[in-house]
Amino acid sequence: MTVTLSHFSAALVFAVFASTVFGITQRNTTREMVRYGLYCFSLFVGGVIVAGWIMWALRH
Amino acid sequence: MTATSQAETPAYPAVSQAMAVTALILGWLIPGAGHFLLKRWGRGALLAVSVFAMFILGVLMQGKVYAFNTGDILDILGFVGDIGAGAFYIVTRAMDWGQGAIQIAAADYGTKYIIVAGLLNVICAVDAYSIAQGKKP
Repeated sequence: MTVTLSHFSAALVFAVFASTVFGITQRNTTREMVRYGLYCFSLFVGGVIVAGWIMWALRH
Repeated sequence: MTATSQAETPAYPAVSQAMAVTALILGWLIPGAGHFLLKRWGRGALLAVSVFAMFILGVLMQGKVYAFNTGDILDILGFVGDIGAGAFYIVTRAMDWGQGAIQIAAADYGTKYIIVAGLLNVICAVDAYSIAQGKKP
């Protein structure tokens, strides 16, 4: 059995799990954990989108 | 002297040093187990699912699991990352999974998933150790 993810979906799945671990391990309260997890997730996904547009601009 | 004493005073309830080391080692061997040992069930479950899912997805994406090596620096670092997954790494190597399919682009993502799963698991184990020492609630 194999799994094939597109570039973007692979980045999204990566962001979900990494953000979960970062949120839980880097903050003390539940509220802070959720906020930091969402912050990390938005940075991961935002970084992917920005990098994608930069590569598009370089290509054109 | 006073500052040192204050720094050594745990901010939250702590357990014995032996329990803290056990949580660290158990947390490394089995993702989330260090938190389970300290009765942080919810956090442990989320961490276990996250590390397990990343590692399994990496293997299913035909990522490479690095064996011990003394060759290229990136291969050595790959091994260091992979070994962080503890029992998952041992089982995967024993079953001879994770050979890596270099002709598939997604397999390279799989390799990174496996390495990051190991590195995240190390963070989880250290977090369990911090909780046991009373540095975290």
